[in-house]
Amino acid sequence: MNQLHELTCTLGEINFEGHTFNCLPIKGSQQVLQVLVSELDELPIYVTITDTQMLCITYLCHKNEVRDDKRADLNTSMLEMNVAMPLSSFAIVEDYYVVFGALATTSSLNDICKELVTLAANAYDALEAIEEFLN
Amino acid sequence: MSSVFDKLWTALRGGVREIGDAVVDANGIRIFEQEIKDASDNIAIAKKSLTEVMARKMQAARKVEELTKSIQQNEGFAEKALAQNNETLALDVAGKIAEMENDRAEQAGIVARLDGQIEQLKAHIKKAEKLIADHERELALVRTTESVQKATEQVVENVAANNSALNSARESLERIKKRQEMKQDRLAAGDILAAELSDGGLDAKLEAAGIKGAKADASAVLARIKAGKSS
Repeated sequence: MNQLHELTCTLGEINFEGHTFNCLPIKGSQQVLQVLVSELDELPIYVTITDTQMLCITYLCHKNEVRDDKRADLNTSMLEMNVAMPLSSFAIVEDYYVVFGALATTSSLNDICKELVTLAANAYDALEAIEEFLN
Repeated sequence: MSSVFDKLWTALRGGVREIGDAVVDANGIRIFEQEIKDASDNIAIAKKSLTEVMARKMQAARKVEELTKSIQQNEGFAEKALAQNNETLALDVAGKIAEMENDRAEQAGIVARLDGQIEQLKAHIKKAEKLIADHERELALVRTTESVQKATEQVVENVAANNSALNSARESLERIKKRQEMKQDRLAAGDILAAELSDGGLDAKLEAAGIKGAKADASAVLARIKAGKSS
């Protein structure tokens, strides 16, 4: 609780590499913080903290939005892209294609900001890259 | 480890799972937690025994050392007794030495036995620690999966409550493109404006220098009219 709450307060006042962060806690039993990175705010980042790590997730699209005949291609492309993509990886969560980054819970504020900005930029690039696979 | 991966995989791919269903049943998690607790308890016990055994070993080792010193000392005595041709005294000393040597052998045996125990306890602790680390990693795997699922459900619900679905990728793309176009238009407009402004600036400079577009002023007009009249 405290960690995300603290993060909400701190992020609101930061300017990192020309970006600001707009935070909005999401209600529910699991702690989730929605973060909008300025200039890259079309795809919100959802931050959640578990016992062992801080996860930052952006939802790219639902499985249903992908052309049936292209799904296997998309999956392979994502796996092939995974290592090259800085700090982030592709994944599927609950039928959503996502780009995410995982941080140690002990990460510095600077690390977290870097992660958020990089993730938002990666998500933008990824969205453009998957356009050809969409319905 | 592989068993947890398998379980998660099966659970995630099954597709029959209802939203909110646990990936790995709570019972499974409890078994893991119990095993971690048992292993921790075992480590605590083993560590306590280890300190005791090590203390006993140090005691025995010290006795061996003391006896060795004593034996050396008494060997010196025996030599001196022999030098004085006091065979009886030398024999007495030799008897004492033999006793001490037996004693020392016994203590050395104890040291060796305790060393064995120490090794065993250390191996035991290592094994338990590895088990804990493995289980904790497995638990983290399960818990993270659940956290992420819960988070996703909340995000979907929250977005739905704000009367929209999680943005479709197409719509997001459209919006991003539109914004990029707008940004480019704005940049282009800015360029045009800047060009105009800088042209204006140039004109002003040219005018100031009297090179371009000198404005008509009354005295010049009057002069021209007068010149016309006279001609």
